[in-house]
Amino acid sequence: MNHDRLLEKCKAVSHQMRKDSLKMSLRTGAVGAHLGGGLSMIEIMAVLYTAILKYDLKEPENEERDRFILSKGHGVLALYTALNQAGFIPDEDLDSFKSNETYLYGHPSMDIKKGIEFSSGSLGQGLSLGVGTALALRHKKNETSRIYVLLGDGECDEGSVWEAAASAAHYKLSNLIAIIDENELQYDGPTHEVLSMGSFSQKFESFGWDAINVDGHSLKSLYDAFTQIREKPLAVIAHTIKGKGISFMENKREWHHSRLSQKQYEVAIQELEEKK
Amino acid sequence: MIEYTPKNIKTWARLGSCGAFGIAATEIPEEDDNVVMLTSDLLYYSGLERFKNKYPDRLYNMGIAEQNMVGVAAGMAKEGLNPFATTYATFATTRCCDQVRVNMGYMKLGIKLVGLTSGLSVGILGATHMSIEDMAIMRSIPNITILSPADCTETIKATIAAAKHKGPVYLRLTGVMGNPVVYKQDYDYQIGKAITLKEGTDISIIATGTMVYYALEASKELENKGISCKVVDMHTIKPLDKKSIKDACDGKLIVTLEEHSIIGGLGSAVAEVLAGCKKRPPQLIIGIADEYKHAGSYEYLLQKYGLTTTQIVNKINNKYSEVR
Repeated sequence: MNHDRLLEKCKAVSHQMRKDSLKMSLRTGAVGAHLGGGLSMIEIMAVLYTAILKYDLKEPENEERDRFILSKGHGVLALYTALNQAGFIPDEDLDSFKSNETYLYGHPSMDIKKGIEFSSGSLGQGLSLGVGTALALRHKKNETSRIYVLLGDGECDEGSVWEAAASAAHYKLSNLIAIIDENELQYDGPTHEVLSMGSFSQKFESFGWDAINVDGHSLKSLYDAFTQIREKPLAVIAHTIKGKGISFMENKREWHHSRLSQKQYEVAIQELEEKK
Repeated sequence: MIEYTPKNIKTWARLGSCGAFGIAATEIPEEDDNVVMLTSDLLYYSGLERFKNKYPDRLYNMGIAEQNMVGVAAGMAKEGLNPFATTYATFATTRCCDQVRVNMGYMKLGIKLVGLTSGLSVGILGATHMSIEDMAIMRSIPNITILSPADCTETIKATIAAAKHKGPVYLRLTGVMGNPVVYKQDYDYQIGKAITLKEGTDISIIATGTMVYYALEASKELENKGISCKVVDMHTIKPLDKKSIKDACDGKLIVTLEEHSIIGGLGSAVAEVLAGCKKRPPQLIIGIADEYKHAGSYEYLLQKYGLTTTQIVNKINNKYSEVR
């Protein structure tokens, strides 16, 4: 597939992922879902699963696959819809999201056959898993697979993220890519008001990483960032908008986790279709 | 190749549990290509210097960053490696408890977490370095096998058994250099199968870790008073050998003995089994009182917490006088 067609496909995939995320959220009823931080990472996930990651539906544990780790475990709307687009999760299973007996929990539960590499939900742990995975692949002489770890910006308050960052640089893990979904809004408000972390690119660089800032909703920028070959671990700082795509949700703290009414759902879907 | 010769057993005891662990660890790669060792700036303390010299590319020093160490070990375990992660017992179980819970408990990743100098052995460093809660914490997390060897010979056995065990394991190492010897020769060790070291009819003493030796010593003094004691080495705290506990119900008193808080450790685990037994004798739980005492040497703290042989004998004797 040529570059332009690939990006066109990413666009269609992200559109469908947003619609499905809304539908899944609506179905949860009063339980609600992590909409804001799910919608901010849609393009990141669409590009990864459409154009970047090597995976094998027939053999999900194929050694040569790339590993994707969702460290911000609450970003399941984007994870499950991406895995659905990729073919790991059937359409009807998306309908079971957050119901009893489903495997589609409110945070991911490890199920490699469904493309879910690790359980997450407790923040600040995914980058360590990525470092361990990268070291293990080196031990196994797997020089082709890459490891992508997606973190939230609020999540980076956790000190363990920086322990992991230091170790990734120390062990020169050039097959490791951290993506920071920097939507600048966490549960209690703007990240700079809750806990000022300063510049993520400067932080990662000071830890010995390469870092690049990108528009986290630009499919092309994301694609270009992910296809770079580096000699150091790479941090892709994706500047995003929480609740992206639905104007009444965008940059609203209240939509970090919320219920979606039928009326709101219809308004949101209409907006998506108009912008398509 | 580990040989259980009298000379080796003596050497291991002299080195203490950390040294014995290091010796066993260095043997594992002979049979297991996937074994790797992680430490959080405690390479020498973990007894892993020899391992590092022999297998430099299998030793990962993660710096003083225990949370990351456990997460990294989890990533390695999922990819099929057999990672041992070592640090002080208290940091292994409390500092990074959530990483332990999520990775070892929830995801069942086969990390072998090694808690060094558990109990009171480094008590002079203060309560920050004592570990009197680790069994309680680890026992309450599902899916983790907990091993608590009695002496350095059993530390060797437990380390090798842990390496062969598929799931997550917490290996609790107790005592100091010059640990007393319980096992003077080779013997059959199986995870989950308690070892009866001595038969007896009046009292059953179920002990774990360093306290197994003290249980044997106490039993000798009690025998001198005409009280017949059975002594059991409960080297696996989880899964607990329930049959051995039920078998201990024949006497007039069950005593549990541990270098751990009286809350949540071996005593609690045994009580949980006894609670469901129709016919059971009373249980005396001997362990570390629910308080942090003034820092002091190992011997000083054993005395302060009432865990010397004489104190143990008195406690058992008093209780036995009440219930017989």
